[in-house]
Amino acid sequence: MPEGHTAQHRQVGDVIMKVEDVSLSFGGVRALDNVSFDVREHEILAIIGPNGAGKSSMLNCINGFYHPQEGSIYYKGNRRDTAKTFEAAEEGIARTFQNIALFKGMSTLDNIMTGRNLKMKKHLFWQALYFGPALKEEMEHRAKAEEVIDFLEIEAIRKTPVGRLPYGLQKRVELGRALAAEPDLLLLDEPMAGMNYEEKEDMVRYILDVNDEFGTTIILIEHDMSVVMDISDRVIVLDYGKKLAEGTPDEVKGNQDVIDAYLGVSHD
Amino acid sequence: MEFLHAIFVAPFVDMWTDPFFLAELILVGLSTGVMYSLVALGFVLIFKASGMFNFAQGAMVLFAALTLVGLMEKGAPVWLALIVTMGVMVALSFAVERCMLRYLVNQEGLILFMATIGLNFVLEGAGQLMWGSDVKRLDIGIPDRPMDILDGKILLNTFDVTAAVIGAILVISLAVFFQKTAMGRALRAVADDHQAALSVGIPLKTIWITVWTIAGIVALVAGIVWGSKSGVQFSLALIALKALPVLILGGFTSVPGAIIGGLIIGVGEKVAEGYWGPAFGGAIENWFAYILALAFLVFRPQGLFGEKIIERV
Ligand SMILES: Nc1ncnc2c1ncn2[C@@H]1O[C@H](COP(=O)(O)OP(=O)(O)OP(=O)(O)O)[C@@H](O)[C@H]1O
Ligand SMILES: [Mg+2]
Repeated sequence: MPEGHTAQHRQVGDVIMKVEDVSLSFGGVRALDNVSFDVREHEILAIIGPNGAGKSSMLNCINGFYHPQEGSIYYKGNRRDTAKTFEAAEEGIARTFQNIALFKGMSTLDNIMTGRNLKMKKHLFWQALYFGPALKEEMEHRAKAEEVIDFLEIEAIRKTPVGRLPYGLQKRVELGRALAAEPDLLLLDEPMAGMNYEEKEDMVRYILDVNDEFGTTIILIEHDMSVVMDISDRVIVLDYGKKLAEGTPDEVKGNQDVIDAYLGVSHD
Repeated sequence: MEFLHAIFVAPFVDMWTDPFFLAELILVGLSTGVMYSLVALGFVLIFKASGMFNFAQGAMVLFAALTLVGLMEKGAPVWLALIVTMGVMVALSFAVERCMLRYLVNQEGLILFMATIGLNFVLEGAGQLMWGSDVKRLDIGIPDRPMDILDGKILLNTFDVTAAVIGAILVISLAVFFQKTAMGRALRAVADDHQAALSVGIPLKTIWITVWTIAGIVALVAGIVWGSKSGVQFSLALIALKALPVLILGGFTSVPGAIIGGLIIGVGEKVAEGYWGPAFGGAIENWFAYILALAFLVFRPQGLFGEKIIERV
């Protein structure tokens, strides 16, 4: 793993998202219980916690798949806990999924091009055509998509239907689709799950590069502690839907509650 | 013995001795087939974009044709009637999204299907309420004359040829739209994974309205072609069901499947009628498609282009 990534090169800026007392229940299950935290511009924020802790649910609330029953989420000053998913995309939030959600029948390039969807400014009427302004715009976005493909080093699979790719590459294409949207906030749900060591190393590098080069704010869910400790500026620990701890990787590592949760010490 | 001869020998002898008749049947078959392809495409697009089997497709054909005829009876010139009818079909797709689809997000296929049955009755009812239920003649001025090819060895009809050309243009435009344009890509994305499509900011609403509009235009064209031939009447809604065997042949989710399936059925039923019709006492055309579809269901249930379905155990 790359050593010693610190926030030196980037200026972690102001708060761009505020999560306030968010609670979300499914029937009797309290997936999120009064969770509050801030997200600052340009930082890499990790959310960790045991299985079922509510990590994915948190991301789903942020990008509008779930709507919390209580609490609120402000993004760039606007309330967004009631907003719809495609509105999140319009506001510059892109994401990847824990169980890869690619368009399996489509090629890598097409998948990444869907990420450009919102950047296509021509009227929908033109988008339905294949000549004139629409074709010109298509070519511009194609160039952008190719940049992403270069960045992630997936030129070789541009035309391959993604359903046929191995798991690790699919994860990379999914990251590519999110990056193609040039997001301000990138939500990554276990981007390295199920990868081997080299694949993880690559993924870590891409994440750090995105953060460094484009200043993208990243919220990352990850189970691999060494990765989390390496790359995140701050860590939030969830357990049974509650926020257990928050701080720098070192602070969190030393936190007794966190150690207990991970060692499975029984809850009273 | 004679029956067997009529089935297994005579037709092939005829094909050999008079290939022009076979060619004629194939051409006529292709021209009907294009229409089946077109209507099947209407089904496929809606099925892909919203997981909905649109039972109301036939009613949309009837509704479009009734509206067109109704407007022309009121004295509107053809071009105006066409534009207004198109407008009505677009308005219909907005209404369907507003009043139906929006409330059915994430529902099961069966529930969506039931909703389209409801829509079917609404359209049939509304069409007849507005324009009456007697058979109407439709003539938008497409010439209908016999047409000789190769010194009269092959006999076609200008109407069929015109309809086939219009149908083919539409089918090709739809295929290009689906495969090449930004909107088509968004549509394929929605078909593949709703959630992921939402997360990249593809608004489902726009996609739905688009596919229903396409289905509406397709219905209008089919309504004009079939309505001009047999009059605008209730049975128009049933011809659209001919697209069902096409879908079984082509697979419910395959655009090329719908196109080729439609052509196969069109050609198949004309050739079957021409050569095997006499042996069965005629009217094979009416059931040939369904028999072919049944055979497919038995031997290749995934359709021509569908992926082989392997049950996970
Ligand atoms: N759509 C849903 N319907 C019902 N229950 C849900 C739903 N989504 C999440 N849950 C429940 O909410 C709780 C938190 O789930 P969540 O997926 O957020 O956990 P997680 O921290 O992401 O876990 P993992 O590490 O396994 O991905 C779990 O008990 C889960 O069963
Ligand atoms: Mg999860």
